[in-house]
Amino acid sequence: MGNKFMRNVYMVPYMVWVLLFVIAPILLVLYYSFFDIHGNFSFINYERFFTPVYLKLTLSSFWYAFLITFISLLVAYPTAYLLTKTKHKRLWLLLIIVPSWVNLLLKAYAFIGIFGAYGAANNFLEWIGIGSRQLLFTDFSFVFVTVYIFIPFMILPIFNALNSLNPALLDAANDLGASKSTTFRRVIFPLTLDGVKTGCQVVFIPALSLFMITRLIAGNRVITLGTAIEQHFLVTQDWGMGSTIAVFLILIMFLIIWLTGFRKRGA
Amino acid sequence: MRNASIIQFRHVTKQFNDETVVLDDVSFEIEGGKFYTLLGPSGCGKTTILRLIAGFIEPSEGEIFFNGKKINQVPANKRQVNTVFQDYALFPHLNVFENVAFGLRIKKMKKTAIEEKVSEALSFVNLQGYEYREISEMSGGQRQRVAIARAIVNEPKIILLDEPLSALDLKLRTQMQYELRELQRRLGITFIFVTHDQEEALAMSDEIFVLNKGKIQQSGTPIDIYDEPINRFVADFIGESNIIKGKMIEDFLVEIAGKPFVCVDGGMNPNEPVEIVIRPEDLEIRPEGEGKLSVTVISQLFRGVHYEAHCRDLEGNVWLVHTTKKIQVGDKLGLDFNPEDIHVMRFDESEEDFDRRIEQYTEDESLGK
Repeated sequence: MGNKFMRNVYMVPYMVWVLLFVIAPILLVLYYSFFDIHGNFSFINYERFFTPVYLKLTLSSFWYAFLITFISLLVAYPTAYLLTKTKHKRLWLLLIIVPSWVNLLLKAYAFIGIFGAYGAANNFLEWIGIGSRQLLFTDFSFVFVTVYIFIPFMILPIFNALNSLNPALLDAANDLGASKSTTFRRVIFPLTLDGVKTGCQVVFIPALSLFMITRLIAGNRVITLGTAIEQHFLVTQDWGMGSTIAVFLILIMFLIIWLTGFRKRGA
Repeated sequence: MRNASIIQFRHVTKQFNDETVVLDDVSFEIEGGKFYTLLGPSGCGKTTILRLIAGFIEPSEGEIFFNGKKINQVPANKRQVNTVFQDYALFPHLNVFENVAFGLRIKKMKKTAIEEKVSEALSFVNLQGYEYREISEMSGGQRQRVAIARAIVNEPKIILLDEPLSALDLKLRTQMQYELRELQRRLGITFIFVTHDQEEALAMSDEIFVLNKGKIQQSGTPIDIYDEPINRFVADFIGESNIIKGKMIEDFLVEIAGKPFVCVDGGMNPNEPVEIVIRPEDLEIRPEGEGKLSVTVISQLFRGVHYEAHCRDLEGNVWLVHTTKKIQVGDKLGLDFNPEDIHVMRFDESEEDFDRRIEQYTEDESLGK
């Protein structure tokens, strides 16, 4: 009895936090989405979201997020696999994780220097004979920098999944006639799929709502849902439309979580 | 070369990167169709032998033959050997059917053939009807059987079992011992079983290899190894035993606790110091003054089937006795035993010398009669 009461008491700070900073903002966003730019109650914002301008914006957001997630996965899986084979795997993992603690804006500004007209990247291109070219404000630099920023978040869950794989299972597959590639296809990959799903979630969802990097690195050539929300709130002052896009973003996030949902199998 | 030998180790040594020698110049032969057990304490090298046969590791030195062909470099997935792992190593993302079918699918067998073989293998281990269960829904004993089915479905020449019963409770373990033995008889293929449990080894095997510190100490049938252990380690590891210092006065006469006793061993030097083994169940309790030794009971435990007592003789040797008679600490008793219950061991005798001596003195004995 007393125990149960105390447990509820301990829950209070967390509940207050969730109420103030999770539930209340979502309700506010939902509330604002029903007002047009003049402050009248209407569904005009929802109608506008389904016009070609915003649908194209959503589609391009999805495309970039997909590209970023896919490339991150391609780089992260082999990296995580190699990490589990190294002797001091926890140290190597830490070294990969550490850059993710550095402020995102700092890293973005650093890349402006590297990709700039007279930056290190162009110097290198000059040196190997390709010649300098426009790197900043291109799709390439945008995807490159975002992949760089997100990669630790993809590596970590995949590393954990690979690391907790029972090595006897690999012996068992080998014993039953499987070659290395068959073992990967039939045992290692399926058993680390949960890690891959988690990694994709934690990369895809933030990638959908990126906004600072789109301006700093992509020079506003790439407009994502995140950029659109920022513009509506800070530039056009159309809070209603900004909120509507936010509502859709939240819905999309739940959809993705549901689609890549955790289905734990086995022990 | 005899055709019957399916696996042959010639001077095999296995050393790991950190220079620790886990197998030290081991040679032996394994014949087809028998139940073998590699028995020894942890770290004795028994699992290393298993992994060498399976192909997970390569020997540092020496040669391994399979049906007369050297297989040192043949990878595990190309060997006609399958393993039942200690923790079963069943694939958690696959159901029972797919676990058993794993090896067959890799061989790209036809669908109907796979279904037929899997259901045959599952009925062999009494698991028909469990095809579409998840591994997480199976009990320990059932998982054990899935692991066995997954191995036998590939029709290997040898099945390797790495302490497969150690995770099961006592009742289930005993039941699985019968089942495994029965399964081996029905399949007629070679089983190589690794365990540290001497009772398990004695109950199941045709042949036992007793290992310690990377070397085979003794090999033979369970009865040979129990009745005629080659040295102190084997005598101590297999069953419970009284190992007492003695002196071999002449053939068939040994001095124990200062008294001469008739025994059935021979072939040693006159007055050679030896160790003698008498099993606790071979010692019989007699009233004080009777029997061959006078002893005092110093401790006593009730073990269910019998009482276990430690008794001290007049020379100070402590004897472990198993008896169904009720005795008390402080009782003065006599101990009796038969000449054939005494087993004499020489110090540092190799297995070859031991076998040669036994052969010789048993011949002498039959000539004498």
